[in-house]
Parts: sequence; C-alpha cells; structure tokens
Amino acid sequence: MADATTAGRAHAPSGPFRHFMTSATPGQLALALAITVFLALFLIIPVGTVIYVAFTEKGTGTFTLVNFVDFARTDLFIRSFWNSVYVSAMSVVLASIFALPLAYITTRFDFRGAMLIQTLGFLPLIMPPFVGAVAMLLLFGRNGTVNLLLNDWFGFRIPFMEGLNGVIFVQAVHYFPFILINLSAALRNIDRAMEEAAQNLGCSGFRLFRRIVFPLAMPGYIAGASLVFVKVFDDLATPLLLNVKDMLAPQAYLRVTSIGIADPMGYVISVVLIVMSILAMWVSARAMRGKDYATVQRGGGGLAKRQMRPWESVAAYAAVFLILLLVLAPHIGLLLLSFATIWSFSPLPDGFTLAHYGRVFGESFVYVKNTLIYASLAGLIDVVLGTAIAYLVLRTKLIGRQWLDWAATAALAIPGVVLGIGYLRTFYGVQLPDGTPLATLWIVIVLALAIRRLPYALRACYAALQQISVSLEEAAENLGATKVRTVRRIVLPLMAGGILAGFVTSFATAAVELSATLMLVQSNADAPLAYGLYVFMQSAAGRGPGAALGVIAVLLVALCTFASHLIIEKSQKAKGAGH
Amino acid sequence: MPRHYAAAAALIGAALFTGVAFAQTGKVTVVTSFSKDVTDPFKQAFEKANPGVTLDVQNRNTNAGVKYLEETKANNQVDLFWASAPDAFEVLKGKGLLEAYKPKAEGIPDKIGSYPINDPDGFYSGFAASGYGIMWNERYAKANELPEPKDWQDLAKAVYFDHVAMAAPSRSGTTHLTIETILQGEGWEKGWRTLKEVSGNFRQITERSFGVPEAVNSGQVGFGIVIDFFAFSSQASGFPVKFVYPTVTTIVPANVAVVANAPNKAGAQAFVDYLISPGGQEVLLEPSIRRLPVNPAVYDKAPADYPNPFKDPSLGARVKFDVEVSEKRSNVVDVLYDQTVTFQLDALKAATKAIHDAEAALSEKDNAEARALVSEARDLVAAMPITAEQAASPEVTGAFTGGKEKGARQAELEQQWSAFAKERYAQAQAKAEEALKRAR
Repeated sequence: MADATTAGRAHAPSGPFRHFMTSATPGQLALALAITVFLALFLIIPVGTVIYVAFTEKGTGTFTLVNFVDFARTDLFIRSFWNSVYVSAMSVVLASIFALPLAYITTRFDFRGAMLIQTLGFLPLIMPPFVGAVAMLLLFGRNGTVNLLLNDWFGFRIPFMEGLNGVIFVQAVHYFPFILINLSAALRNIDRAMEEAAQNLGCSGFRLFRRIVFPLAMPGYIAGASLVFVKVFDDLATPLLLNVKDMLAPQAYLRVTSIGIADPMGYVISVVLIVMSILAMWVSARAMRGKDYATVQRGGGGLAKRQMRPWESVAAYAAVFLILLLVLAPHIGLLLLSFATIWSFSPLPDGFTLAHYGRVFGESFVYVKNTLIYASLAGLIDVVLGTAIAYLVLRTKLIGRQWLDWAATAALAIPGVVLGIGYLRTFYGVQLPDGTPLATLWIVIVLALAIRRLPYALRACYAALQQISVSLEEAAENLGATKVRTVRRIVLPLMAGGILAGFVTSFATAAVELSATLMLVQSNADAPLAYGLYVFMQSAAGRGPGAALGVIAVLLVALCTFASHLIIEKSQKAKGAGH
Repeated sequence: MPRHYAAAAALIGAALFTGVAFAQTGKVTVVTSFSKDVTDPFKQAFEKANPGVTLDVQNRNTNAGVKYLEETKANNQVDLFWASAPDAFEVLKGKGLLEAYKPKAEGIPDKIGSYPINDPDGFYSGFAASGYGIMWNERYAKANELPEPKDWQDLAKAVYFDHVAMAAPSRSGTTHLTIETILQGEGWEKGWRTLKEVSGNFRQITERSFGVPEAVNSGQVGFGIVIDFFAFSSQASGFPVKFVYPTVTTIVPANVAVVANAPNKAGAQAFVDYLISPGGQEVLLEPSIRRLPVNPAVYDKAPADYPNPFKDPSLGARVKFDVEVSEKRSNVVDVLYDQTVTFQLDALKAATKAIHDAEAALSEKDNAEARALVSEARDLVAAMPITAEQAASPEVTGAFTGGKEKGARQAELEQQWSAFAKERYAQAQAKAEEALKRAR
C-alpha cells in the first residue's frame, strides 16, 4: 500500500482540473448534441406538448403566468407543497437510518452473507403496483397483522400507515435502497490507503467513520439521498395508497386524470414539481462543490475488510436482521398473500393454496418475457446515456452541460401519465409504411421506461465518475492515449461498479413501472408484468393471482440483482488479487 | 413535422419490428375498464358465437381510456369503448369520438329504475345495470360491535364514525351518479346535508372505485358505499362480507359504444348486438360478473333471489332522476364535493366528532341552550357556498369545461369554496365543543 501520494487530497480544491480541461473536442461536441436530440425528442417535446397548458390563459390560450398566481393563492396547494417538502426531508433521514448500517457493515467488515444482504436490501425498491400496497396494509394497516396483535395483547395500535408520518414510513422503506446501493458502491471505491493512513495516525472506531470513511463516500451518499428526496417529492402512488391527498404529486395526478375537467392546475403543479426537482439536484451539486472526492488508487478493492470481535458480530447481525425484517415486511406480506385463500381482518391468512400460481402460470410467461426485454433495454439505454452525461458534465467545459443533467433529472418529476399522453400526442401521428402508428410499437414503451428511469442510472454514474481522480486520465493521455481510448480503457473500467449499480436500479424499477405503460400498451402480447398485475388487481378474485404475479416480478428482479452483485464481487476480487 | 420523421427513422432503425397488423383479420379491438373476470367470459362467448373473429381486450382505467381515444383519434385503431361510467361516454360523445349505432335487439325497455338505458341520441347503449348499496366486513363489524346498517342515513350515526369509505365522485362515475341521485331526491340543500353527515363518518375517500371493496375485503375499513357487483364478486371469492341495498337506491347502467372511424366497424356492431342479445345478457348472470341484465326476459333464467329492478320498485324506480339537470352540473358537483369534503376531510371529521360528543352528552342530560348550539353547528357543517341555481349557471359551469368564454377560473372558485367550508367546519367544531361544556 505505497500509494499514499494521494492522501490529503480528499478535501483539497480541484487544482489540476483547470489546465486539464481546456475546450471540448469535436467528438465530445457530437456526443452532447446527440444526447440533446435524444432528450428533446423523447422527453422535452412530448412533455412540452402536454404541460404548455400551464402557461396559457383560460379562454384565449395566450401566454400567461396567472395560473401560477392561482397556485400561490390556493391554500390547498400551499399546504400540499409544504407537506411534500416535509415528507421528502424526513424520508431522507429515516432512509439514511435504514441504509447506513447495512451499507457500512456489509462493505467494511468481513461479513458472511454480505452479498445476500445487499440483494435483499435492494428488494424494497421493487414494489409491484397495487399488490404491494395491499400487502403492506395487511401487515401495518390499522387492522393489519401488527396492530391486530398489539391490540389483542396490549390494547393499543401504532398508526404506522396514517397521515404524513405513514407516508414517511412507507417511502423510507420503499426508497432507502437508493442510498444503500449508491453508498455501498462508493464505499467499495474508497482508497484503502486513506483509511490505513488515518489508523496509523491513531484514528479508529466511529471517529474513523465520521472523519474519513463517510466523507470519502459522500458522492454516493448524496447521489442516493438526493434521489430519495426528489423521488419522494414526486411520488404519487404511496400517498394515494394511504389516502393522503394534500401533497403535490397526488394533486397533480388527480387533476390530470379526472375525466371531463379541463383544468390547467394539474400541469401547473407538474411544472412546480419539475422546478423543485431540478432545484434539489442543483442544491446537492452545490453542496459538493469545492471538494474533491477522487482518489487515485483504485486497486485496493475498497475498504479493508475487518474481522469483527464476537460481540460486535452479534450486534451487527442483530441490527442487520432487524432492519431487513422491517424493510422486507411488505414482501413477506406479498408472499403470504400469494399463497393465501382469504386474508381479511386477521393476523394471518385463513388458509393456504397454490391455486393462484396455477392461474397465472400459463399467461405470465409472455409478461415475464416482455418485462425482461423492456427493462433490460431501458436499463442499457440509461447507463449509456448516464455515463455519457456524467462524463460531459464532469470532464468537459461545454457551455450549458449542466442542463443535460438537469433535463434528464427532470424526468423524475414528470408523472408517468403525462409522459404517456405526450408520447401518444407526439408519435401517434407518425405512421410506419404499413399505416400503423409509431406509438403502437413496443419500442416506444422501452423509450418511455428509459426516460423515466434515466435519473437513477445518471446519479449512480455521476457519483462513480466523481470518485475517479482525473490524474489517472491525465497520466494515460500523457502516455499517448487518445481521449476515446482513455475513456474506454481507464474511465469505464473504473466506473464499472457505479454503472452496474445504475443499471440494476433502472432495470429493477422499470420492471414494475405502470403509469406510463398503461397509456402505451397496445395489446396483451406486448404487455409487461405490471400491466398483467393491473388487470388482475381490479377484482376481488384477482387479488391472489395478482400477488402471485407480484412475487414472480420480485423474484425475477431479485435474481438479476443477485447476478449483478456476483459480477461486482468477482471483479472486485479480481482487481484485489491483481494488486 | 420533420422531427417526427427523424424520430420514426431512428426508431425503425432501433426497433425489432413486431408487426401489429390491424387489417382484415376479423379482430375487434375493445378498450375497457372491466376486469378480467368480466371480459374473459364475454370474450369466450362472443368468439364462440362468431367463429373467425377475435376480441382483443385492452384494459385501461376509464380515465386513461378516454384520454387514449382522445389522443389517438387521428389514426384510430380501436373499435369499441366498454365501461361503466356514463359520464365518460358523455365526454367521448361531446368530443365526437363515438359513432351512433342502434342495436338490433328487441324487448329492451327505455328505462331501468328511473335511469334511461340508452343514450337518447344513440351514441352509446346500456347493456347491464348495477345498484348502489352498503358493503361491510363481518369480522370487522363483530370486532368493533357495530350494528348492520339498512339505509344511507344509518351511516351518519355516531357509531359508524371513522368506519366508512367511499370513492370520490370526481374519480368514480358511478359514485357521482349516486350522489347526484341523493341531491335530486332530497333537493340541493337537504341532499348536501345528508351527504356531509355521512361523509363526516368517513375513514377514507378513495381515488378509484375498486379501492373501496379492496379496503373492506382486507378489513382496513368496516363499511363501504359500493356498487353491488363488487360486493357479490367479493362474496363469491370467499371474503367475509355482506351487502344490502338501501330502501332507496340508484340503478346505474354500464355501457358500450362504437368508436368513430372504427377500423372494424362491422365487428364492433356485432359485439354490441351480441352483448344485448339474450345469449350475451345471460353471461351477465355468472357469479363472477353478476350484473343486472337490461333485458327483462333474461331474469327468468336467473337464480331465485336475483334482484330484478323491473319488478322490485325499491331498486331505483322510486327515485326521480333528471338526466339534463345532472349533465349540466356534473363537474360542479364533483368539484364541490372534493373541495368541501375530500380535501377538507380532517376538518369535517373534527366537527362531526365534536357534534357526536355533544349529542351523546345531551342524551344523558338535556340542555336547551346546548341543543341550540349543536343545531347551529349542524347547519354550519351543512352550509354550501353556492345554490342549486348557481351550480347550473353558465358562469360557474363554464369554469370547468376549459371553454372559450372568459370567466372565473377553476382555481379561483375552488379556493373560495374550500375556504368557505374550512371556516364553517372550524366554527361548527367550536360551537359543538361549547355545547359539550354546557351539557356537562
């Protein structure tokens, strides 16, 4: 571990950047242009055709800002706005409490089952629509398992799922994997020499974590936390599931999707959501400015894995087990539901059966196939775009490069149904040679999914690149490598962990996405799993089969996630061995 | 627009072409909000009756379905729209997205209950009907020692506080009709009073119709105001739920319509004819569907205790229903309910709870002064920001249609109405609390 030359750079201002990045090469310019065109075609134009209504006057259709004045004057919207801010901020806090111990223990210590924990800790992100909600209510609702038992034994209930606090609880459980996965990737990337240097100087325990390890992993943490904040701010499913309507995203959704009422306020709220999301990302970028998180030495395979003392080990296992039990409860509920005959106002189902799986077995095959194709294509598009945008923003001086980042991030704030309508409006008029509209092709679903999930991959790639020292690229170029070759041979391999994290997040969440899909699915043969689930969950008899389909979706994604963790682990080991 | 062609070129380059051919295959495409339990039996029966024809079912919720037809009208690929909510059909008809068709079937009366079965202009046809009622979870009722309700008014009683759920009328066309029926049956002011007294006991106001039976089935809410087939299909699936039609209930039809410029118009019309033919009507009697046929003759084949709105006057016939009045103010009623009840539910519940507490105290120890205060509080809760005349006036209705005329914006009216309600609920709560103090 002689690579101590980089020690102390963690907080130094970025000196070498200035003379390294002079101006953009034609290749970079072309790349930026291509990404701009892609985002314009599949994000900005379709969404623009829908939300421009926010800026028009009622009756005349001329440009006006009066709708925004109305927004500020309406109590309901202002209340919704502050509720959304509060819930998002508190969700970040609670999600961090779930994620920090899991990430730290599994990356820092020699811990058996670390890979399994990483995979399991990732599952809450994959909450199949509708059934996930039912399962969660059956466990934590007012008359869910926990509260029925508490009430029987002690005569009180805990309002897990009520009001804003309920939303915070469910959102933290649902989205903490964003922090877990990005923070873990960042921890694996830390130069081991940093930690050893600190230890040599007598630093240890919590102080070591607080002063050295956590600050170095900051890009990963910020990437995850900002995603949680923005995602919670823009999420409509959870508040609606808990019947909390005075938050911004549900308000936008309810207004956009009510029949027969032509109201600009739904689109006004969408604009507010987009602006807030970009603002949050801007703030998080500001928070990181003036600090350099890059470390040069990358071969160490992350933090030195320590052996735990027996009592530490017991405490660690207990903490991990408790957190996993809590965050996986919805999936345990889902599993029970998929085998349940009837489950109503009782701690556990009345009986168990395999019939639901029998019912979905035949027809789920086509859904599974479609989901795999759509989600993996979407994930692929996302990491390619994410890596490219991260590179352009962090490594070039193109004017307006930040806007690429912000535009892509804005996708997070756009309700799926708005994107779906925008796609129909933009692409349905375009006919293929045989007369079918372009929008009826399944590839349009893939593009919609890719746009919706791009921010996840982008944040992961961004954080990964932030941790790589630019001097490695300088070295390569000084030795005569071209920019392209440097990217291919130096940057991409070093970013691999982050890119994979991005792919997995985009893939997994795209696999259960419904709102845009529901607008764009043209026939059963082209439908993904989430659509099949939706169709089942419209009737009382469909609950069991719906849950079975949900379990299949979760298993599918879990397998893919586990596989990619295997790959990460292997590549880390290979690097470590080579060192 | 050139950018479209650029997009097309890019897409074709990237896409593995799946080849969705809509041409002469005898395929009938239907967009529907009905669940698989309903569509599958019809698909089988229809395809059996018309060999060579396939029914392609696209499931979308009603809102998404309407938006879909609207956005794709330039190059329509859908033959039929098939859903419950009559208001969705009204919107489609208003936008010229439906094509008139008169089914060939005979023996279909003009009305079911007091509601016309078919669109007078022939743009959509009713093929089944359903009644509204109260569904409850037996285990829940037993655990909380709650009595069985018989009528709407029962749900306003103090024992049901925080135990009832309903879908928002702005989100569920059938709930909207139920509310409208109460308003027409009892009159604007009395009707709103009843609605708010019942709503004050709500635990949830869900944003989709199926949210209510789902909550009752899983026991999260005890009682739900639901359409009958939700309760019957839940029972058929084994859930411990019961259902009752109140003495006065509404009957609402479910409809089907041929979409304008349908690629397979003949096939679409054949499906409409099939739905209303005796064969199609009998499919409605299946336990997983269980809706009320619009052909009175089919009831002869139904099980003995099957509700028959053509014979039983309590099913809808006792209510007067004026379609024109309903249509004119439909958006206004929805928004009024949302602004004064849905988005003010906490304030309304607080006032309702205070009133219940005061009345409970009064029933032990009467006090004239306190009674007067409670009655004032009830009036405050019941007060509405606009009258029935205003609700139907063009100045108010124009704010919700996005029409060309200038006038008040929807957001302005909403803010006025919600502020009106919020202020009065707070006053009502204060009065009721005052009454409680005096009654002690």
